[in-house]
Amino acid sequence: MAELTLLQAINKALEQQMEKDKSVVVFGEDAGFEGGVFRVTAGLQKKFGEDRVFDTPIAEAAIVGNAIGMAINGLKPVAEIQFSGFMFPGYNQIVTHAARMRNRSRGKYGVPMVVRMPYGGGLRALEHHSESLETLFAHIPGLKLVIPSTPYDAKGLMIAAIQDPDPVIFMEPKRIYRAFKQEVPDQEYKVEIGKARVVKKGEGMTVVAWGAMMRETQKALKRLEKENIDVELIDLRTIAPLDYDTVLESVKKTGRLLVVSEQVKSLGIASELITRANEEAFLYLEAPPMRVTGHDITVPLPKGEHHHMVDEKRIAHTIKKLANYEV
Amino acid sequence: MILTSFDPLKKEQFQVLDKDGKVVNKDYEPKIDDDTLIHMYKTMSLARVADIKALQYQRQGRMLTFAPVQGQEAAQIGPMAALDKKDWLVPAFREAAAMLYKGVTLEQSYLYWYGNERGSQFDEGVNVLPVNVPIGSQINHASGVAYASKIQKQDAVALAYIGDGGTSHGEFHEGMNFAAVYNAPLITIVQNNQYAISTPRAKQTKSETIAQKAVAYGIPGIQVDGNDVLAMYAVVKEARERALKGDGPTLIEAFTYRLGPHTTSDDPTIYRKDEEVEEWKTKDPLIRFRKYLTNKKLWNKDKEEALQEEYKKLVNDTFKKVEASGLVELDDVFKYNYAEMPRDLQKQKEAYEAYLKESEEN
Repeated sequence: MAELTLLQAINKALEQQMEKDKSVVVFGEDAGFEGGVFRVTAGLQKKFGEDRVFDTPIAEAAIVGNAIGMAINGLKPVAEIQFSGFMFPGYNQIVTHAARMRNRSRGKYGVPMVVRMPYGGGLRALEHHSESLETLFAHIPGLKLVIPSTPYDAKGLMIAAIQDPDPVIFMEPKRIYRAFKQEVPDQEYKVEIGKARVVKKGEGMTVVAWGAMMRETQKALKRLEKENIDVELIDLRTIAPLDYDTVLESVKKTGRLLVVSEQVKSLGIASELITRANEEAFLYLEAPPMRVTGHDITVPLPKGEHHHMVDEKRIAHTIKKLANYEV
Repeated sequence: MILTSFDPLKKEQFQVLDKDGKVVNKDYEPKIDDDTLIHMYKTMSLARVADIKALQYQRQGRMLTFAPVQGQEAAQIGPMAALDKKDWLVPAFREAAAMLYKGVTLEQSYLYWYGNERGSQFDEGVNVLPVNVPIGSQINHASGVAYASKIQKQDAVALAYIGDGGTSHGEFHEGMNFAAVYNAPLITIVQNNQYAISTPRAKQTKSETIAQKAVAYGIPGIQVDGNDVLAMYAVVKEARERALKGDGPTLIEAFTYRLGPHTTSDDPTIYRKDEEVEEWKTKDPLIRFRKYLTNKKLWNKDKEEALQEEYKKLVNDTFKKVEASGLVELDDVFKYNYAEMPRDLQKQKEAYEAYLKESEEN
């Protein structure tokens, strides 16, 4: 066991899988020699050589497109997009090729690649560095999408992602890259893709979050400690395929659902979760499902970002509102 | 003709001033009036002072991440001086000096990097597009701006900047090819500052020069000493004339060096040697141009000292003003997403305002 940050846990997972499986290769802009702008891939080139860990030209379409080709021909590429806001040239490759290859070749060609990308706001970052665009992947059949919120899950999900036969988008909440440490086993272990985690059991209300919002939600719960609200907290961990069973089972028990997300408001992951609750648990609901999200606006630059960013205060406010809701 | 005299396939590089400010290519020394020369030098100096000060503010925690321009002033001021007011500047994200010359105020420039969208709300008649953070996409915008200028007979060119790393991007190719096919009046300057964050130029392209990529587009390409403001001026002047005649785009590789980090989040000591940086410091574009002006009796030590004092004060005062601007108003983050705010967005804003009021009361 070692105490690791989320970032170090991903690094360890990569190192371990590269050691075990010679077909794993790692690349991206500045991901080789420098070890990435956040240092997620630090030390890997030195250990595994330039054939397996390398810098790419600045070209996201080339990064993803090459990963697809490599995956088809026997490698297990783990490609890095430096920031999720820059993935769009590569998005074409992800959507029009990676996601469809298995289906259109009726199983002949799979694309066992992982595309990693840091994402999310709250860091007073430059333009295009703060968005939360997971819906754009979750909306595409054929893709898997995971977002860890703890070092333990980060390592286990990365190992599962590398070993997965399908393309996995691995979004990393960069705001909590180094925010805290957790005991992480040294040995190889997997966290199942497609399985949410009940972080805290409760009877009064179901609160669902993922990524950096897990931490904000936990802070909000701390704020409300004396309020006597019995929250069941669920960390989605995987966005696609989403673990509706765990969420709906909880909603049926508590009768109240709150989804916390730093995405823009409309047509996001929260929208789908609430729809499912209405479709499949309507008669159990004691209050209308609620969500705390950003607004339907372009993520503001740092001096206006606080208007958009979901914080513990707003989450606590909505939890109270939902707890006190009476029909 | 400069453009036909320096073959990028033979690695020929165009230069007017050597690093000591001596004219080495008398035939091509541009005829620029004294006032303009001094204005060019002053703007280069202001960009440099603003850059150094911003780095200090950033280290003090008063400024956010930004992309320093130090070392690349000549590659930006020479070209801008060769443009007309109605010509367009389409920057990437390291063109603070070019933007200043083209009419973006220092306050606006600082405000953008300070994290306020007002920093991209340029004054009327300033034909400059906002900073372009994603790599390479601006080349297509510039091509479109140029095409529009051509068919509307505006008699104006578009000048786009991109970095050496940016030329690896698909959109660089797409934009150059598009502009070439339609003879759009586009000038693309690749500031080859040798590194794309940590990745050296040799890992971006196997081409010997970046300028030689022009050959494949069927347009002129030339490598220029990017630290030589007069060479950069002369070559852009010629490219502009070509473009306005309807002869199409030109690709200019400005061979230069980023003396600072990629952005303030970057530590270049991981991937660059000190000796290399020291070597490039001897080729500083400002020192070279100052020597040239001094030889022409247009500049001297007293003027230099007075200018430095003036600019330090100007930059300090400007930054204080920017700091005093504080946070962005709630209205601002909502009202510019559309020309007219959709009804539901208006409701979202009202709901958020109600929440703010409520949480204030509690």
